[in-house]
Amino acid sequence: MAIDWRPTATIATLRDRARLLAEVRVFFAERGVLEVETPVLGHGGSTDLHLASLSARATTPAGRERLWLQTSPEFAMKRLLAAGAGPIFQLARCFRDGEVGRRHNLEFTMLEWYRPGFTLDALIEETAALVHRLLGREPGDKAVPLRRRRYRALFREALAIDPFTAPLAELRRLAEEKGGLAMHDAPRDDCLDLLMSLVIEPGLGREGVEVVVDYPASQAALARRHRDPEDGEWVASRFELYLEGLELANGYDELTDAAEQAARFEEDNTARRAAGLPEVDIDRRLVAALEHGMPEGSGVALGIDRLIQLALGKASVAEVMAFATPRC
Amino acid sequence: MANYSTNEFKGGLKVMLDGDPCSIVENEFVKPGKGQAFNRVKLRNLITGRVWERTFKSGESLEGADVMDLDMEYLYTDGEMWHFMKTDGSFEQYAVEKKALGDTIKWLKEQVVYTVTLWNDNAISVTPPNFIELEVVETDPGLKGDTAQGGSKPATLSSGAVVRVPLFINQGEVLKVDTRSGEYVSRA
Repeated sequence: MAIDWRPTATIATLRDRARLLAEVRVFFAERGVLEVETPVLGHGGSTDLHLASLSARATTPAGRERLWLQTSPEFAMKRLLAAGAGPIFQLARCFRDGEVGRRHNLEFTMLEWYRPGFTLDALIEETAALVHRLLGREPGDKAVPLRRRRYRALFREALAIDPFTAPLAELRRLAEEKGGLAMHDAPRDDCLDLLMSLVIEPGLGREGVEVVVDYPASQAALARRHRDPEDGEWVASRFELYLEGLELANGYDELTDAAEQAARFEEDNTARRAAGLPEVDIDRRLVAALEHGMPEGSGVALGIDRLIQLALGKASVAEVMAFATPRC
Repeated sequence: MANYSTNEFKGGLKVMLDGDPCSIVENEFVKPGKGQAFNRVKLRNLITGRVWERTFKSGESLEGADVMDLDMEYLYTDGEMWHFMKTDGSFEQYAVEKKALGDTIKWLKEQVVYTVTLWNDNAISVTPPNFIELEVVETDPGLKGDTAQGGSKPATLSSGAVVRVPLFINQGEVLKVDTRSGEYVSRA
């Protein structure tokens, strides 16, 4: 059989990709956001239960040690924020084991940026502005409205259930019905994730950018939690941005409390042990940086490969990457 | 058989699902922004031919199915079973039930080579070659000179299949037929 050495993107697409990346840099230069580069390898990894980190053995001045390949540049960038960097952005190579598909690649480029002093709403506006800019549309353009949707309302509309209060048995039954798999012992968030992925996501962002807010507090990751002013439920202060059924970005009102951050890392590793997953070394330097003090603000991670895919009208991320994982 | 995890699922892999052997048609990795990843998988049930759509949690696994596609020549039927013989020189024969033959029963011709799918060494389906040459055993008399387009009539072939043929075709002629569409291609 012939060896498939050729790129998964055409050379013309790679030219377009370079142009769009240059546009990203112009966008942030205009706004006074500093480009930074942080290490791909770190002593701490992501403890997130649903992310599988890769690691490498390396010889460093400390001897032979295990270093983690980042799943996002979040920890290092937050340490820069704590050190007084001000607004920063990065186009960072990230690695997530096992994630390969039409919308995923083991190794991908994350556009991540942090805005000290920004509310989550202000960051949503800026993220939408960047998306519109790369799609070649004006933010005021009526053809591309920006809609905010509450997580709870989406579930009520699409599935006639309340994701916060529905009994677990009801969620499991619905997940089984929609997914065609056994979910009888699945935890609440797995049921919600399945329904979100299979039923709700595909319809999001079909008529312009759609932003989902007010996620369940249990899905806060590294975002703050707050009480919903309308119904008093605890929700996560984060958003996800969708376009044409694709999740493009994930933004947080960033957690700045060091003790809370350390506790969430420990909770994650406890959950990993319970699930039979390997534990991940905690980033103690991030906790120390938060103890020193990180300015309040918001940050967002955007899958730039997916945005480029949409901007160029391609069907998969592989088509906008020189060599996607199966050909790396 | 070995177990296969969702990230090893690729087109053509044979796995067991609900007690039936299946062939993976498509495997899509889906994952919400933060949270559990799933694989949306299309599988063809090799017994019924139906395509199932199932979701798996990423990392789950299925048992592999001992399924093989082998070339075999059709020999004869005793009325109850249909007999095929391996073409690898072993002369090993397999008896196939009517249920496993499915639609292929109307494309059977002695000495033609078919693909027989075996599961645990039992034949579960038979696929005819894409094109096969068969004799017309019954059709209305041909219309002389009508070799132009337009007009067709039914013709019964030696295997029992009925296909639409041009008006100029006569009984006793041998035709080339596409077994996938059941359409006449040409005179053989």
